[in-house]
Amino acid sequence: HPHQATQMSNYCLNILVFVTLQQRDPMLKRDCFEDILEERRNSSDLKYALRCYAPVLYKGVTPCKANMLKNIVLQSDQLHYVINQVSQESGEAPDIIQEEASVILEEMAHRLQISTVRCFAFALSKAFKTLFQHVCVNEEGIQRLQQAIQEHPVVLLPSHRSYMDFLLMSYILYTYDLALPVIAAGMDFMGMKFVGEMLRMSGAFFIRRSFGGDKLYWAVFSEYVKTMLRNGFAPIEFFLEGTRSRTCKSLTPKLGLLNIVIEPFFKGEVFDVNLVPVSISYERILEESLYARELLGVPKPKESTSGLLKARRILSEDYGSIHVYFGQPVSVRSLAQGKVNRSTYNLFPRHIPRKPMEETQSFVNDTAYRIVRLQEDNMVLKPWVLMASLLLQNLEGLELSVLTEQTVWLRGLALSYAAFLDWPAPTAKVVSSSLALHRGLACVSGDRVSLVVGEPLGPVTPEEALFNRAVSVLSCASYRNQVLHVFLRPAMLAVAMLHLSDEVYNCFSFLWDMFSNDFILCPGDTVQDFEEACYLLVKTGAVQMPQQDIVMTDIGQPTLSFFNGLLEPFLQGYQVVCRYLCEEASEGLTEKQYIPAVRSFAVKLILAGNLRCYEVLSSDMQKNALAALLRMDAVRKVKNRMISHINQTPISPSLSLVAVAEDLYRDGLTPSYIR
Amino acid sequence: MLFEGNRFSSPFVTVPTGFCSWLCVVHRGTTTSETRPRCDWSFPYCQYTKEEPRCGKPILNNREPRRGKPILNNREPRRGKQEIMKWNGWGYSDSKFLFNKKGQAEFTGKRYRLSGMTLPSLQDWFENTFGASVKHKSPATVILNASVVPPPRLNEAFVENLKATGIPFSNEAEDRVFRAHGHCLHEIFALREGKKFERVPDMVVWPNCHNDVVKIVELACKHNVCLIPYGGGTSVTSALECPPEETRCIVSLDTSQMNRILWLDENNLVAHVEAGIIGQDLERLLNESGYCTGHEPDSMEFSSLGGWVATRASGMKKNVYGNIEDLVIHIKAVTPRGVIEKSCQGPRTSTGPDIHHFILGSEGTLGVVTEVTMKIRPIPEYQKYGSVVFPKFEAGVACLREVAKQRCAPASIRLMDNKQFHFGHALKPQVSSIFTHFVEGLKKFYITKLKGFDPHQLVVATLLFEGDRERVLQHEKQVYDIAATFGGLAAGEDNGQRGYLLTFVIAYLRDLGMDYCVVAESFETSVPWDRVLDLCQNVKERIIRECKERGVQFQPLTSCRVTQTYDSGACIYFYFAFNYRGLADPVHTYEQVEHAAREEILANGGSLSHHHGVGKLRKEWMKDSISNVGVGMLKSVKEYVDPENIFGNRNLL
Repeated sequence: HPHQATQMSNYCLNILVFVTLQQRDPMLKRDCFEDILEERRNSSDLKYALRCYAPVLYKGVTPCKANMLKNIVLQSDQLHYVINQVSQESGEAPDIIQEEASVILEEMAHRLQISTVRCFAFALSKAFKTLFQHVCVNEEGIQRLQQAIQEHPVVLLPSHRSYMDFLLMSYILYTYDLALPVIAAGMDFMGMKFVGEMLRMSGAFFIRRSFGGDKLYWAVFSEYVKTMLRNGFAPIEFFLEGTRSRTCKSLTPKLGLLNIVIEPFFKGEVFDVNLVPVSISYERILEESLYARELLGVPKPKESTSGLLKARRILSEDYGSIHVYFGQPVSVRSLAQGKVNRSTYNLFPRHIPRKPMEETQSFVNDTAYRIVRLQEDNMVLKPWVLMASLLLQNLEGLELSVLTEQTVWLRGLALSYAAFLDWPAPTAKVVSSSLALHRGLACVSGDRVSLVVGEPLGPVTPEEALFNRAVSVLSCASYRNQVLHVFLRPAMLAVAMLHLSDEVYNCFSFLWDMFSNDFILCPGDTVQDFEEACYLLVKTGAVQMPQQDIVMTDIGQPTLSFFNGLLEPFLQGYQVVCRYLCEEASEGLTEKQYIPAVRSFAVKLILAGNLRCYEVLSSDMQKNALAALLRMDAVRKVKNRMISHINQTPISPSLSLVAVAEDLYRDGLTPSYIR
Repeated sequence: MLFEGNRFSSPFVTVPTGFCSWLCVVHRGTTTSETRPRCDWSFPYCQYTKEEPRCGKPILNNREPRRGKPILNNREPRRGKQEIMKWNGWGYSDSKFLFNKKGQAEFTGKRYRLSGMTLPSLQDWFENTFGASVKHKSPATVILNASVVPPPRLNEAFVENLKATGIPFSNEAEDRVFRAHGHCLHEIFALREGKKFERVPDMVVWPNCHNDVVKIVELACKHNVCLIPYGGGTSVTSALECPPEETRCIVSLDTSQMNRILWLDENNLVAHVEAGIIGQDLERLLNESGYCTGHEPDSMEFSSLGGWVATRASGMKKNVYGNIEDLVIHIKAVTPRGVIEKSCQGPRTSTGPDIHHFILGSEGTLGVVTEVTMKIRPIPEYQKYGSVVFPKFEAGVACLREVAKQRCAPASIRLMDNKQFHFGHALKPQVSSIFTHFVEGLKKFYITKLKGFDPHQLVVATLLFEGDRERVLQHEKQVYDIAATFGGLAAGEDNGQRGYLLTFVIAYLRDLGMDYCVVAESFETSVPWDRVLDLCQNVKERIIRECKERGVQFQPLTSCRVTQTYDSGACIYFYFAFNYRGLADPVHTYEQVEHAAREEILANGGSLSHHHGVGKLRKEWMKDSISNVGVGMLKSVKEYVDPENIFGNRNLL
């Protein structure tokens, strides 16, 4: 019963407030940063690239030559088992399958060469100095990592916002004389003739984007990764998010590789595995407008060497600074304590591949979410991130003084929510330098700051104008998105309070569920997140909680309405998608047709003046909304076709969530935009 | 515990320690000398101990009662080996390690090969390994203080009835305390500290034969008295500890007087033996007739046949002779329900589940084993030790696996890790001749310099071959050839012998450690071949980590060896020791670490025990180990056989 749920959660609150407090407090203790470019600007890059490099490896193992590694993999029991299996199924001789495996491995394997790394070290030094003001690294994190590498196999898990990420990671590790990682990269890079091979020689190994049913491929791939991990030849690096986040929000983690690197621990092949979350924050993302266009349906340019050369133009611009934060290594052993019973692996031969047990699956899933949360927590936020959040709520523009004033206010709020802000100078100065750096996104005319709309060259159609404006908004949104993880929980609570004040927990829980494709919400943490939200809002005085109620205070208004505005684009986006599915979608809508169809539906609404929310045009949001509706069983997929259940009013009791959705869409949230 | 082989030894008895001459049996054709007695080299058993035989003395006690308390005692002055053994440490009172005034280690007494020798490198090894110092002594209490022993709770009616049977018994504090413990670290530590006992047996009885046991069990049932069978007292699983919650009179049933070989059947190669006989005595007596059982658990100096049966013991030479379950043909045991035995001595039967397997491993919870018919073999003509050095532990394990695969394991094959190799070396006696010194140096040079073995990585496999001379030599070649394919180099007989020496003196060494603030223990498991390496590594790492987390200031010694090979897996034996200076409660810390180590073993596919048993120490894991249904089956057997829980030591379940 909803009321009971609220009671229960209120009861829990008293206990959990303290727990939450304790949990979050240690995170407030963050390391200091060192600028690694500073030394580069003062000494020879050539010397640096040629200096002695002798990293310490796991338990002092000697590095393994790429060919030896391949042999170990090809001769492993694990692979032999699958080869025989495939051979029996296909009727091909094992030799032929073995040969296939060898080809797959050849295509996949890295060929780390220190000379190539030195080339990169030289070239990147030059490039970084041109592109960035600072590249800041927390040295304490580096020291922790160095320690961890010697003790246990290490898996580096950086956030993924840019192509730069993995070069940057290797560059930093080289700089600090740490073991260079081997990096799981998407096959698309291999398309770049020369560059692909260069990357391979700097430690990248390439995996196909999808190989679901291919047993042999999976076996070669997982054995390759596990062999490197078990022997501790090199830290393994991959992106939990699977791909670059085009929106700068963290993506729902992919579990395949994480499963592979954790399994050796469960099977007792290694004592522990250390997962090191790394948060890479860019003050200005190189791919900024590229991403926005991609989200609007302009196809992503295929990775090619000539494309890269064309992109040289970006070298002439200023991209501010980068902060790389190496988080506390997370011990899989400690995480699994009491959650996974390793002895369940005792009764099955370890070399036979087996689907992970439910217990393990949910542990890996949970771990993945926790790591992404840790990445988020240590993301350095620049002032512009806060400014962008404010500007997006004021599309018509703001007085500079008002913007400054509100930025100060928002900074205070963010700090009290444990955001990791980088505020290098007094606010006024910081605001103006941010505006200068992001002059492509915001312009100051007179006293007014507003989003830049792509300059109209000659006559443009309304669609083109709309597209240009959408590019601006989406680019700007990608900065606002960086702060969402700080405000998300209280913001959902704020929305819930404003719209369904008597069943706050239920509404919160609904929003939580609905948005769990868009944001990183750890499965099963609804109550905990609710408590955290309450705690944070109470802490900043925005709400009070007398007895069992949650009441807004007098001073809470600005906070709550800011939060409301923060989530509004998402609520609207989901509403538009629902509306489209209810009103327009035909029975036989396929997944392929869905995105362009929603987009043109939204474009129509905007052009007609019935909708002012441009973020609806983002394919990311459209996909997430559809995934949420599928998950909540409001829409069903039948042989790749969608069948909408959000049909008018009558709703079966089993779809009560959808009923709430309907309420929200129809009566609740800011109906002014939908007329 | 620092002892391999079965350590529990509940129900049975010792021959009055007589001559340990079985160890001195002439072995025809050892390598160096045609007639070298086996204890001439490092075999550590008694060489010669003359004691009065027991028989025919009048049953009386001429000691004066102390402090006027009435002492019920009709026992003979000497019961088993109690008089010649330490009351608060391992083994014989006259044999112990100590650091002499020159700071050199020596081993006292005359019983062992090492006895009377100085061991020049032991002190350095000891101090360097543990960060200990011979200056920091932690001496043991010398004499048992009777005030720490709770007064006996006697069941008067039982005592009266018992007197009528004429079976010897006692309630003297020393007798009771001697049988109140096994050799777990916490038990010995408490004895040394002179801690107050919570619960000890209230009296001890010494049945002389099967019928005596029947009478005692009947009386115990009649008067609701709790019986705890006691054999050699070498348990390392808290199996002999009296349950503190037990309110009935607890009677320790000492089987040491049931120590005869009743008959020997050369046609069928079996011997019928009373279950209280101690391992070395059984072997000595059989040797006199030209036979042996070949069952040699490392505790065989002190453990009893009944104890082996009750704990499913394993012997060093099981590859030739089998483990206890393979050796036993017939078991007679007395339970509260009556006597259990089979009707024939058929070598194998298909008569439902084997009832022997209810008794094997029952750890004294169902009754007392009184007589056992056991396989015997003619004494092998020829015996030869050997050793192989491998560059790494991994290579050694691979070799042992291959040997097991080809089913050509010698009587014993063990692989010591690098730490144990160094440990063994620290026990080298002073070298007298310059020539030996030179040869040693040359060997070391050959292995480490010419062959490039890293002294901090290399490991040694020790081997023992048995059989007729020709076959031994053939067998030896086969094993060395396999070893060579894994990079192994033959390293001579001497290294092999020294390897086995370590197992026999390790428990004496633990006492030395405890004199200098070092606590030590050993534990074992069995595991499939493919998990051997991972298990060894993870358990060691877990121990090191747990010690660190619990404030142990010096890195602990963690060492392991593969001691038995099977077709599908191996038995692994761990040593674990640390310097406890600065710790408030070293025993508690030790127990926490051992607990964690056992969890790690189980998580890595190891078994709860290969041969030590469960006792009370590992009860908590029984359910996970054998499933709820399994526990239920065992419980229902207990329920039927012993509904009143007369055999109330509360082991196992």
